[in-house]
Amino acid sequence: MKLYYWLVLIPFIGMLGGAVLFNQVTPYVFGLPFLLFWILLWIILSSLTMLVIYQLDKANGLLDREENES
Amino acid sequence: MNIALLIMLGFLLLSLYLGLMARRGKDMSMEQWAVGGRGFGTIFVFLLLAGEIYTTSTFLGTSGWSYSKGGPAFYILCTSSLSYLMGYWLLPPIWKYAKEHKLVSQSDFFATKYKSKGLGVLVAIVGVLALLPYLILQFKGLGIIVSQASYGSISPTLAIVISVIAITIYVSVSGIHGSAWTAVMKDILIFGIVVFLGIYLPVHYYGGIQPMFEAVNEAKPDFLLVPDTGMSFSWFISTTLLTVIGFSMWPHTFAAYFSAKSTNVFKKNTIIMPLYTLMLPFVLIVGFTAILQVPGLTGSDGDLALLKISIQTFDPWMVGLIGAAGLLTGIVPGSLLLMAASTAIAKNIYKVMFPETTDQKLSKVAKTIVPILAIVCMFYAIFNSSTIMTLLLMGYNFVTQLFPALLASLSKSRFFTKQGAAAGMIVGVSMVVYITLTGLSVADLFPGLPQAIQELNIGFIAVFLNAVAMLIVSFFTSKRDVPVNSPGLQKEA
Repeated sequence: MKLYYWLVLIPFIGMLGGAVLFNQVTPYVFGLPFLLFWILLWIILSSLTMLVIYQLDKANGLLDREENES
Repeated sequence: MNIALLIMLGFLLLSLYLGLMARRGKDMSMEQWAVGGRGFGTIFVFLLLAGEIYTTSTFLGTSGWSYSKGGPAFYILCTSSLSYLMGYWLLPPIWKYAKEHKLVSQSDFFATKYKSKGLGVLVAIVGVLALLPYLILQFKGLGIIVSQASYGSISPTLAIVISVIAITIYVSVSGIHGSAWTAVMKDILIFGIVVFLGIYLPVHYYGGIQPMFEAVNEAKPDFLLVPDTGMSFSWFISTTLLTVIGFSMWPHTFAAYFSAKSTNVFKKNTIIMPLYTLMLPFVLIVGFTAILQVPGLTGSDGDLALLKISIQTFDPWMVGLIGAAGLLTGIVPGSLLLMAASTAIAKNIYKVMFPETTDQKLSKVAKTIVPILAIVCMFYAIFNSSTIMTLLLMGYNFVTQLFPALLASLSKSRFFTKQGAAAGMIVGVSMVVYITLTGLSVADLFPGLPQAIQELNIGFIAVFLNAVAMLIVSFFTSKRDVPVNSPGLQKEA
């Protein structure tokens, strides 16, 4: 259990906690109501969070060896 | 037959052809038929999983919800992106264990982990119970698509019957390989269609996405937000978390995990998959655009929003393409669902009852169950008037009940027992059945509790009671004085 695994909580808190705080239509961002924009932003950030965790795992040699992965 | 139906028929035949091609030259043992011989890489597993997420519930259900419920529909975005994250840690141990023990189904996994055939049967029953509403909603969606695209010349009932026959043939012919290849075609088609509709429709009717939202916001103030009562944040967050934990529990998803080549497949997928959900806002936008353009769809007719506005806007050939995309979103996941349910019944219920059944016979039994299940679900789809999303959430309420026992089985602790796991599942599932049959909410059961608790998703409460029951029963059945790995514990097998 690595300490940086706790990073995974950030998307949950950011997306859901943020939604409670920013439950509003304005300002529109990219034409979207703010609440919708906020959630979409966190979809991208959750993907980035996992990328960070994956890279940290890779750096620590915690990934399984690839078996002829296509 | 109009041009729309012809195009859809063309895609249906193409998907059958791909299924047949995928099968050629492969020996179809049970393992081959169900998990593709565990040889799929990142892309294939990705597509298989995507195939399950982009079902008719996404295509019609999501647009139906943004049309009729507004802001609360955003939960679908939260849940479909957050669902993948846990898989990074949850799936590799499941996959490794399944590979080591040559498991092909979810029920095998529990039965082997807890060393209890009875528990395996229980898990299979819970799984099938959860798959039924999911399967019913695919049929329902297919019925809507086919009958709408026929411009009324095919009745919804007949449309459901046709779809069920198509799926049954498809599954019997191809198994999982068919699903994967068709998934490729489906994803390309649906991605193109959904992005096009989500941009074209608001531009066509309002001159842009923001003007469309402004018009909706003016006509229905607060519709684009999560409301203070009813489907409030209490409901929103509990439903999101419930579906996040239920997501990895689906018997058919489990089967798809087993088809991966290595555990890195899952880890990479957790990075890519959330991005895949970026397609969903386009579907939501279609529903929002339809609100003022095709008004008056109430109740389960909200599921018609996407097709109604398409028919009003486009020529029949375009409706045919949209219908074909919709058709594939029903057939690909529908075939996986049917296969998972029939494999579970054959291998984890039938085989336990008749242990001397040979593998060949079993494979036949599984293939016989396919049409029987399809017909049962067909009747439900015809006579049940729930919306697609309601059926989806019902399935989630059931399937999530497997989560506490799964988590316990992955922990190193020997505290949790098969009796505890069984008790938890029975408590959770009974509660969901009771709630589903009586239509009660938390507010009816516990009128004295604060509003925030009353508006929690009922499945959330059920899974909580499930975990409590598992803890209590495990406490009384756990042989805590026996040292770990002693012969006494091994004998339980």
